[in-house]
Amino acid sequence: MTQLPWQASADLSALSARAALLQQLRHFLQQRNLLEVDVPALGRAAVTDPHIDSIAAQVCDETFYLQTSPEFYMKRLLASGSGDIYSLAKAFRNGEAGRKHNPEFTMLEWYRLGWTDHQLMDEVSELLQHCLSLSSIERISYRSLFQRHLGVDPHRASVEQLKSLANQHGEFDWPDSDRDTWLDLLMTHVIEPNMGEGLMLVHDFPASQAALARLHKDSEGELIARRFEAYVGGVELANGYWELCDSEEQAARLERDLSKRAQLNLPQYPSDQCLVAALEAGLPECAGVALGVDRLLMLVSGISDIRQLMAFPFDRA
Amino acid sequence: MGTYSTNEFRSGMKVMLDGEPCAILDNEFVKPGKGQAFNRVKLRNLNSGRVWERTFKSGESLEAADVMDHDMEYLYTDGEFWHFMEPKTFEQHQADAKAVGDNAKWLKEQDVVVVTLYNGSPLAVTPPNHVDLEIVETDPGLKGDTAQGGTKPATLSTGAVVKVPLFLSQGEVVRVDTRTGEYQGRARD
Repeated sequence: MTQLPWQASADLSALSARAALLQQLRHFLQQRNLLEVDVPALGRAAVTDPHIDSIAAQVCDETFYLQTSPEFYMKRLLASGSGDIYSLAKAFRNGEAGRKHNPEFTMLEWYRLGWTDHQLMDEVSELLQHCLSLSSIERISYRSLFQRHLGVDPHRASVEQLKSLANQHGEFDWPDSDRDTWLDLLMTHVIEPNMGEGLMLVHDFPASQAALARLHKDSEGELIARRFEAYVGGVELANGYWELCDSEEQAARLERDLSKRAQLNLPQYPSDQCLVAALEAGLPECAGVALGVDRLLMLVSGISDIRQLMAFPFDRA
Repeated sequence: MGTYSTNEFRSGMKVMLDGEPCAILDNEFVKPGKGQAFNRVKLRNLNSGRVWERTFKSGESLEAADVMDHDMEYLYTDGEFWHFMEPKTFEQHQADAKAVGDNAKWLKEQDVVVVTLYNGSPLAVTPPNHVDLEIVETDPGLKGDTAQGGTKPATLSTGAVVKVPLFLSQGEVVRVDTRTGEYQGRARD
């Protein structure tokens, strides 16, 4: 008989480190008067982002989707007058499994009323310093980061230029002409491995990668997204926005996502019209961020495989 | 043959890349939270033995390679080819020097080895991890010298030369680890 892998994959010290980290995170946010909220994992609508795939489930003869983040529910709470809130719970993403990914993972997401992305970046630094000792903290725009590592302006370089830069670092012979694909490739294959040990807060993303962030013109007149990412030691830890509050723009982005999904032959999911309605009713000005808790635990414990930090990772679930 | 998509890639899987049969060694999923997912894959080209590193967009697929491992009995060599037989069907295959490579020195007649067939022809031959071979030539054994330390070269029946302890002599059968070429001990009957 073959032996069934019934045992936990994480050892006792990893389980304890996880418990301690969850407590630390809650303590940090409670002290700052954020209210912990518990929102559904199952929803009738799914995220429309072409690069994030939801897991469908049949519930009471209806199709539901496991939520890829608590964002839409939290925004409905903010529009209902909740004030500053956080959620510390499971999120689900189909197809994401590996040394740094698990299809279900623990996400900390929080919102600050009246704050901008830069104020929230300060708080992300403080929270990370509360859990980790950081060798350095740096804030850099997406443009400056690309200029530093690759000597190119990511907003203005042609697709051909990005492609030839990528091919100086490996063999990538796809016919792809989507510039974001090449930017993502350069970010993950060239920049991230060379980011250094400390905390790097990257802000002002290309408008095409805005997701749910508002757009602004930067000092060079380029339309950019007020979105940021936090990296520690080249590991992507958190993604934040100065949130888009315009319901019409929000509805248009959901539509654009769905047509991009159609172009890419990806499944069409029902978009969240309750989110649009909440924005119409009035989402207060706010900034929000989501942080991967398992990734943070990797950095806290110095263990480089996420599966050793989960009691039962995907392959044993 | 079918195809495998990047999320099915597992180490050991055999696929075709640039017209060459390859074995997947490692598959790393890389994805920015909001961006394109990639799979960074390490593969061994089974023809050349070289390791390739390629990045695919997640969801891309590769054709499966018609590469299968078979247990076969080693029969003999005629100098140019090494001959193997499937024990159940008695079907015989001949492998050339390229397929056998350095492993020729571990092939003992009647031993069962793994022959990797690509489109029906031997691509590689893998001996068992341990083989028992007779010493055909070595300096005379030093009686009673069982102390640790000293070794001497010994030529085995297949032509392999391994380092053995001083007390062993011609005619004795030793066990060798074929992965490292190291002496493991006297063969147990």
